[in-house]
Amino acid sequence: MTVDDDAEGPWRELAPRALAGLVRRYGGDQFEACEDAVQDALVEAHRRWASQPPDDPAGWLSTVARRRYVDRVRSDRRRRDRESREAMLRVPVAAPGGASDDSLLLLQLCCHPALTRTAQVTLTLRAVAGLTTQQIANVYQVPVASVAQRITRAKRRLTEAGADFPRPADAAERMGSVLDVLYVTLTEAHHTTTGDPARDPGLAAEGVRLTRLLRGAVPDDTEVAGLLALMLLTEARHPARVGPRGELVPLDEQDRRLWDQDLVAEGLALLDGVVPGSSPGPYLLQACIAGVHAQARDTGSTDWDEIHALYRVLEHRTQGRNPTVVLNRIVAQAMVDGPRCALGELETLAAAHPDLPRAQSVRAHLLEREGRTNDAVRAYRDAARATLNVAEQRYLRERARRLVVDE
Amino acid sequence: MKYLIMMNVDPAVLEGLTPEQQQLIGDGHAAFMARTKQSGEFVATQALADPSRSKVVRSNGHGLQVTDGPFVEAKEFMGGFYLLDVEDESRAVELAKQIPDASVPGLALEVRPVMFADMGDG
Repeated sequence: MTVDDDAEGPWRELAPRALAGLVRRYGGDQFEACEDAVQDALVEAHRRWASQPPDDPAGWLSTVARRRYVDRVRSDRRRRDRESREAMLRVPVAAPGGASDDSLLLLQLCCHPALTRTAQVTLTLRAVAGLTTQQIANVYQVPVASVAQRITRAKRRLTEAGADFPRPADAAERMGSVLDVLYVTLTEAHHTTTGDPARDPGLAAEGVRLTRLLRGAVPDDTEVAGLLALMLLTEARHPARVGPRGELVPLDEQDRRLWDQDLVAEGLALLDGVVPGSSPGPYLLQACIAGVHAQARDTGSTDWDEIHALYRVLEHRTQGRNPTVVLNRIVAQAMVDGPRCALGELETLAAAHPDLPRAQSVRAHLLEREGRTNDAVRAYRDAARATLNVAEQRYLRERARRLVVDE
Repeated sequence: MKYLIMMNVDPAVLEGLTPEQQQLIGDGHAAFMARTKQSGEFVATQALADPSRSKVVRSNGHGLQVTDGPFVEAKEFMGGFYLLDVEDESRAVELAKQIPDASVPGLALEVRPVMFADMGDG
């Protein structure tokens, strides 16, 4: 129980005065720390005043709050010093230096294994990317209060896990989390769950910036290079990916002259520097696939054999456990062998993963290519019902409508 | 006085709309939201996913049962709502008439007063 629960006590008047005194003394940027100190003092007052009431309650409270503040700052400073010393010793990417190194250190901190993936991403967006609580709430379409709570809980977990921060033995594992968080940032930036807007440019830019930093710190890591190339090649498509009314334009209908050629060139150059001799991980493989698309003039002249082969390797690397990868492999297979065989495989996949996003719309496309117009219309409508992305829903309904009108 | 304006949706009608018509409706909603926010009558709006995405929780007499659905071939269903805080019912109806769906044959708006509300902000 906190002292605030006593609505009728002298606290409501005393607490703000003590807080104001602290903030005046230590500055507005210490507001949160001052608030915490006052809360500490109130708890102590609550415990002691019943038996030992002070002569000057306001003075007592201000003095105790000030002491608590100083205690907190001292112990925080000791903890920070200890943590950054350990971080420098154990994590080479976090070597001391400019603001960029701070970002990487923070990124690793936010990817602490004690946190859930959602907490990791939320904390990264807040602490590293500098998004406000409101912006994060917009990204995830949850109330601001929930995001604030999520952040508070994550911070508390970090404090609790303080003794083993940053965990030294699992540097590789932490890198996996860091890459995953950056990848989620990219995915979220390009497929906001409301679809309106279809892309969050600030989030995308932040993902690229952080991945560039990481690449600078570990230039030999092929997965980091792969993720950066994947981000650049995905970003490059953006000008062609969204039409004038905010609708999504699928890859085969995109005007590829609109692709950002500088980003394409940078992404391809990255891949050229990495691919020879490396055993590719999932991010590098996805980047290679994006690279094949980037080199083609249109869908017809795309090297689908190469893409199909890359997806097969990716499927093997992920041990067939990622249904989205399997789905993409089936799409590539349909481009190589035709839609009929792919439709059969799709049935099997959809039966095992009934809620797999895009499975319905892929099915609709394949049925359309097979010339099964009625089935395709029904499939497009099913797909529109299944998606939670408004832009995608409009696109799928429009495909169904066009087929009906053409009949 | 709070009123809920429910948007009754017929998917067949939505599919028949051209991209230009959809655009007009989208712009109309944006303008409606801007106006009601300006006047202070706007509280919230949400668009709902298709009923096939629903889960139904009910007691079967022995315990709780969770099922998918409803999968009924509903002609119409609630596709979303506006929550408005207005002077009286006639104002709520007047605003409902301004929502672009009102002028699309086959779509409808249902206006109903709110009896209890907790917006989770207090």
